[in-house]
Amino acid sequence: MAKIWVYAELNQGKLQPTALELMAKARELGDVEAVALGAGAKEAAAILGKHGAKVVYVNEDKAFDDFIAEPATDALAALYKAQSPDLILFGFTSDSRDVAGRLAARLDVGLISNAGDVDAKDGGFVASVPYFGGAKVASMRANKKPAIILIRPKSFEPSESGGTAEIKEVDAAIGADSKRAHIVERVVEASEKVKLEDAKVVISGGRGMGGPDNFPLLEALAGALGGAVGASRAVVDAGWVPYSMQVGQTGKSVRPGVYIAVGISGAMQHTVGMKASKIIIAINKDAEAPIMKMADLGVVGDALKIVPALTAAVKAKKG
Amino acid sequence: MKIVVTVKQVPDPNSSTVLEADNTLARDKEVVLDPGDECGVEEALQLKEAHGGEVVLVSMGPERAKDAIRKGLSMGADRGVLISDAQLAGADALLTARVLAAAIKAEAPDMVICGTESYDGSTGMVPPMLAELLGMPQLTIAKKVEVDGSTIKVHRQTADGYQIVEAATPVLISVTAGIAEPRYASLKGIMAARSKEIKQIGLGDLGIEKGEPAETIEGLSQAETRKAGVIIQDDGTAVDQIIQVLVQAKVL
Repeated sequence: MAKIWVYAELNQGKLQPTALELMAKARELGDVEAVALGAGAKEAAAILGKHGAKVVYVNEDKAFDDFIAEPATDALAALYKAQSPDLILFGFTSDSRDVAGRLAARLDVGLISNAGDVDAKDGGFVASVPYFGGAKVASMRANKKPAIILIRPKSFEPSESGGTAEIKEVDAAIGADSKRAHIVERVVEASEKVKLEDAKVVISGGRGMGGPDNFPLLEALAGALGGAVGASRAVVDAGWVPYSMQVGQTGKSVRPGVYIAVGISGAMQHTVGMKASKIIIAINKDAEAPIMKMADLGVVGDALKIVPALTAAVKAKKG
Repeated sequence: MKIVVTVKQVPDPNSSTVLEADNTLARDKEVVLDPGDECGVEEALQLKEAHGGEVVLVSMGPERAKDAIRKGLSMGADRGVLISDAQLAGADALLTARVLAAAIKAEAPDMVICGTESYDGSTGMVPPMLAELLGMPQLTIAKKVEVDGSTIKVHRQTADGYQIVEAATPVLISVTAGIAEPRYASLKGIMAARSKEIKQIGLGDLGIEKGEPAETIEGLSQAETRKAGVIIQDDGTAVDQIIQVLVQAKVL
């Protein structure tokens, strides 16, 4: 049986959703163990056990929370030497990316990032990675051991499998020079009314909204539908709206019941983050925009007219 | 302060790309300096203007990637280094990072600035790999950079805001596209760039063996495409049709 590791990302004591998503997949691939580093690791280990981890390696050193990437890389590299897993799975999140990249370079093994799935094949691991603007999917084999694969959030549905993990407290193994990139303050800017990731309806705006001044139109529609507002990378890069609203490869992955893309052309960068939505409605002035080819309903027209009219109609319908 | 900015030439994000027979991206299409890297160059230039020093652009790519370097030089960077070698075609993230690290080490910079991820490959893995290989701390996804002597402080973007993260130089920073609005090259800048040095080197000069690739593409399949739905022109009934869909989806 292959030995599979899940890097169970913690953020200020909270187990991140990708950890349990990865557990669901890891169980199909071999014997699963998890590594949880930082505040809350032991508590997380109990949850990971219920999701199929036989062993969880934990250490609650404060440095894992206070310094970027290096302490976790040190701990993982030392653990790898002792335990020699075949595959280490990471979520494709900012914090995990930082750790995985460093680890792959230190172990000189490379990695596969931005994968949507992974399978055991011919004694190794093959990941599915969007390619060529997302029009194709590449089956990419990891040639080195350990295979390190980063998987986009929301690729798998978490599920409990029953069981209890053996919790092994391990040496943090943090090098003397590894406490360098110091997180001195955390600032929360966004107070999301409905969390984008959890919303049943997501209304996202792109360049076709014309400017940041028109985003309140989307807020109004989201308010009427009890949904959340997202955005494309283009308008986040342009500074119209904060990054916390970005849907897509480098932003959030969502899979709501209904996704309404307004003035978004549908570049791969965006669509990988929303194409698992149940129903997609696109409003765009360009009938040839790629988003139209994946929408259940594509409306060719002026978003600035349609959105307010739609908001009024939704309100009328709700009475 | 000596700043190295990694830059990459990519297919123009605004033009359609094609694949070569070996599944690497065709680069004979219209190519540009990666828009994310342009922001990195801009940030480096602003830091140099405020604190003095030198801005060196380092790129890996075919010979014509000199055009991308030249673009950065015309914005105001001081000189460029291009690592170009036929063996590097289709290089994966680790090989790319190894090559860049070797070239950057020779420059001994105080700061390395990378884009968070390239527009074409989008793996986003080169910055942390490069930091590791250079033995530097990494200040990633920075949307603001402040310099206080040898202490570098960044605002690191998070899902709900940002963290203030600091480290002492030498340090690697990956920046978001929002960090600085890239300047247009002036005519004077373009003229000056013509005489700026772009040093071209190969793998042998860096003493790097290519080695076995860390990943291999075994096959390509068509991405699962959603069934194309209905496309309608808004003739005044669009709102009603959207409402119907919302009702069917039980969100209304």
